[in-house]
Amino acid sequence: MSAVLAVDALAKSFGGVHAVDDVSFSLDKGEFLALIGPNGAGKTTCFNMLNGYLKPDGGSVKLNGRELIGLPPRRIWRLGVGRTFQITATFLSMTVRENVQMALISHHRRIYDLFSRATRLYVDEAMALLDLVSMSEQAERPCSELAYGDLKRLELAIALAHEPDLLLMDEPTAGMAPSERIALMALTAGIVEKRGVSVVFTEHDMDVVFAHAHRILVLNRGQLIAEGTGDQIRKNPLVQEVYLGGGSVFEGAGHA
Amino acid sequence: MGFYLAQLLTGLANASSLFLIASGLSIIFGVTRIVNFAHGSFYMVGAYLAYSLVTWLDGGILGFWFSIVLAALLVGVIGLVVELIILRRIYHAPELFQLVATFGVVLIVQDATLAIWGAEDLLGPRAPGLDSAVRILGEPIPEYDLALIAIGPAVLLAIWLVFHRTRWGVLVRAATQDREMVGALGVNQAWLFSATFILGSFLAGLGGALQIPREAVSLQMDLSIIGEAFVVTVIGGMGSVSGAFIAAVLISVLNAFAILIFPQISIVLPFVVMAVVLIVRPYGIFGRPGSEHGGTEDPDQPLRLLSGKGAMMLAAAVMALALSPVFVADFTMILLVDVMVATLFAVSLHFMMGVGGMVSFGHAAYFGVGAYAAAMAVKLLGLGMIPAMLLAPFGAALAALFFGWFCVRLSGVYLAMLTLAAAQILWGVTFQWQDVTGGDDGILGVWPAAWASSDRVYFYIAFALCIGGIWALRRAAHSPFGYVLRGVRDSRIRAEAIGVDTRFHQWMGFTVAGAFAGLAGVVFAFSKGSVFPDALGIAQSIDGLIMVLLGGIHALAGPILGAAAFVLIEDWVTRLDYWRVIFGGIILVIVLLAPDGIAGGVNRLMRLLRRDAA
Ligand SMILES: Nc1ncnc2c1ncn2[C@@H]1O[C@H](COP(=O)(O)OP(=O)(O)O)[C@@H](O)[C@H]1O
Ligand SMILES: [Mg+2]
Repeated sequence: MSAVLAVDALAKSFGGVHAVDDVSFSLDKGEFLALIGPNGAGKTTCFNMLNGYLKPDGGSVKLNGRELIGLPPRRIWRLGVGRTFQITATFLSMTVRENVQMALISHHRRIYDLFSRATRLYVDEAMALLDLVSMSEQAERPCSELAYGDLKRLELAIALAHEPDLLLMDEPTAGMAPSERIALMALTAGIVEKRGVSVVFTEHDMDVVFAHAHRILVLNRGQLIAEGTGDQIRKNPLVQEVYLGGGSVFEGAGHA
Repeated sequence: MGFYLAQLLTGLANASSLFLIASGLSIIFGVTRIVNFAHGSFYMVGAYLAYSLVTWLDGGILGFWFSIVLAALLVGVIGLVVELIILRRIYHAPELFQLVATFGVVLIVQDATLAIWGAEDLLGPRAPGLDSAVRILGEPIPEYDLALIAIGPAVLLAIWLVFHRTRWGVLVRAATQDREMVGALGVNQAWLFSATFILGSFLAGLGGALQIPREAVSLQMDLSIIGEAFVVTVIGGMGSVSGAFIAAVLISVLNAFAILIFPQISIVLPFVVMAVVLIVRPYGIFGRPGSEHGGTEDPDQPLRLLSGKGAMMLAAAVMALALSPVFVADFTMILLVDVMVATLFAVSLHFMMGVGGMVSFGHAAYFGVGAYAAAMAVKLLGLGMIPAMLLAPFGAALAALFFGWFCVRLSGVYLAMLTLAAAQILWGVTFQWQDVTGGDDGILGVWPAAWASSDRVYFYIAFALCIGGIWALRRAAHSPFGYVLRGVRDSRIRAEAIGVDTRFHQWMGFTVAGAFAGLAGVVFAFSKGSVFPDALGIAQSIDGLIMVLLGGIHALAGPILGAAAFVLIEDWVTRLDYWRVIFGGIILVIVLLAPDGIAGGVNRLMRLLRRDAA
């Protein structure tokens, strides 16, 4: 098995609600996997269990054969899992470049260094990462001045700083204009290909999903109801039922 | 048996007094999210007003109770005035600004009280009709205590009825739970806040007024009660009136019995209880998360390394300071040592608050531990000056390591309160532990070694330690460690997501800040030749906060400018009679008109100049 990520029988309930119910899937190296489903389907809950923010009731998550359940988020990050947030989270009192440098500093285990000047460390690596997401021109700007779409791209650069095997992106394009969405995901897809990173992302915009995802998982009320390529998912009657009235979305996606 | 009952009843009577003041504090916090230091002042003014009214009316039972209520009402009006003039403008400011602003009010009220009633303690009359004691199981119990025991729950009931049976009360409760919601309902917030402030101040005034038959009315009443009132509020859960009641009873009764076993405990007991409760229930008994932060700030600007020109200017300033002993008088040199000590202290506090985002109301604890550790190393261990100077900052670091472990589990106002508790515990220990710390008398004769005893030589020792410390902290702020600390402040979730153990990092930041505060304390101890418990007191902590604020919290240079300005202003102002009014006024002007402090003002000026030049 060359699976980068293997999720088995993952489960979590809040009170009586089965937010995630017996979810299993696996992910190959370099695969670009979309996790879709209506609001409240359990996508975020699922993500938060993968990256250690939430403790599952049961199940297992293995990264390259190593169990992740029970590890705190920072350990999971060190094992090679990067993430972006649904609502961007960056260091607003630093410049764009410094935000990336922070991830690099942590990756090189220098966060307890009391003497070097942080802003002079790993400058070239940070600039290379910013180049990758076409943000190098804004490197010296305070992060607090960035437009939302730029923050999303910055988060992508941060998430790639420690050369992760796996990238988790929860609604990476939320809050962006439609044209920006396509651009961001095209960029991400390109990086996936270039670097051989595996990605799991959730997304509302079906255009985006069908355009780039290699494979799609559909979640509804905590359960996986379908899995397959864009064409298979589009034709799946169960999925059509869940997305009732969303049929037009699928039609629109046909020529994306 | 009778004896224990008597202890219990005394405890309950104290609980009633404490509840009255704490409930007002809690209600005000619940609705306005302001931690009101001036609440103790309202309590004190209530006592003074009641004293005057009772002695002036001299009207028997009716006159007494009429005076008490009238005094409380007048305090309510004073509270309204303070709210309208000052607090209304800072509801959306970060908690640090609110705290310091209300402390400015404390200073002003102190001088106003001094001007009106004089410096002498005033012995109040007994309550007519309740001036003797009844015997219960053979023990004499003051009748007035029994009345107080009844008044506490009666007021609790009255507040409950107001909160559950009136529209206004329902709004107050809604606002306490969710401030945004009330705004959304279209309620007139300004009116709601003012009314809340009147009620809260009224309760503080009532608490003070009811105190006159029990204790002398004095100018120390404000700060002596406020610490305990904070504790009760925090234990109960900020914003919860019934929580305040339970906490008041808990503390007072525990205290009544604990002093039987260990008489010295009463000063530290409330703070120990608070520390324990906060560790078990981080938001107090009935508190909810989400209420711990004041308004949000605009994000800081990114740090900049010094430019060539800046470095040259800084080097010139340091050189000028280094050469100053050549051309200034001895007393100026002593003043300059004070400035350097204050600056290092302020920079260490800024490292914790500005860089680390942990607001501390009790930073003096580590300053004081450093000072005491040095003094004790000399006096008890017989060490020389240099070994004592090297050792003592580690003492402060240990204290910070110990208390920091608890503090970083919380955030916002709760963290600040726990730092205050830590400082008060340490203060209580030094104050009470006569044999080791000398208690109130302090430790005398902590003089520098013979070779360093001239003012000039000691100036250079202080210069080396303080400037070295400031430089090290500045370097640390620019280091990966400092950047990560700032990162945790900016976004804990992001810091965790790039592999940072955020709590551990804050803990280490806390410890570093404590160690350097300790270094300042060491220099201080040898420059004064003595140490007293004041070194760990609330006033010293507040001084640090004012320095940081005065200089500007958003700039690394802020605490340096602020501390220098503070010491110079203090040196000048404290020679005047009513210096507190002046100081309080300065504080309010900064908070209300120039919240980015001197550094912010300088920045704006520079930008203006640059624009003109361009
Ligand atoms: N912390 C929580 N407490 C209680 N219920 C929750 C919590 N988080 C999520 N849920 C519930 O779990 C379900 C899945 O939510 P979520 O994972 O956020 O869905 P999605 O991201 O797909 O929109 C929803 O019914 C939601 O109400
Ligand atoms: Mg979601």
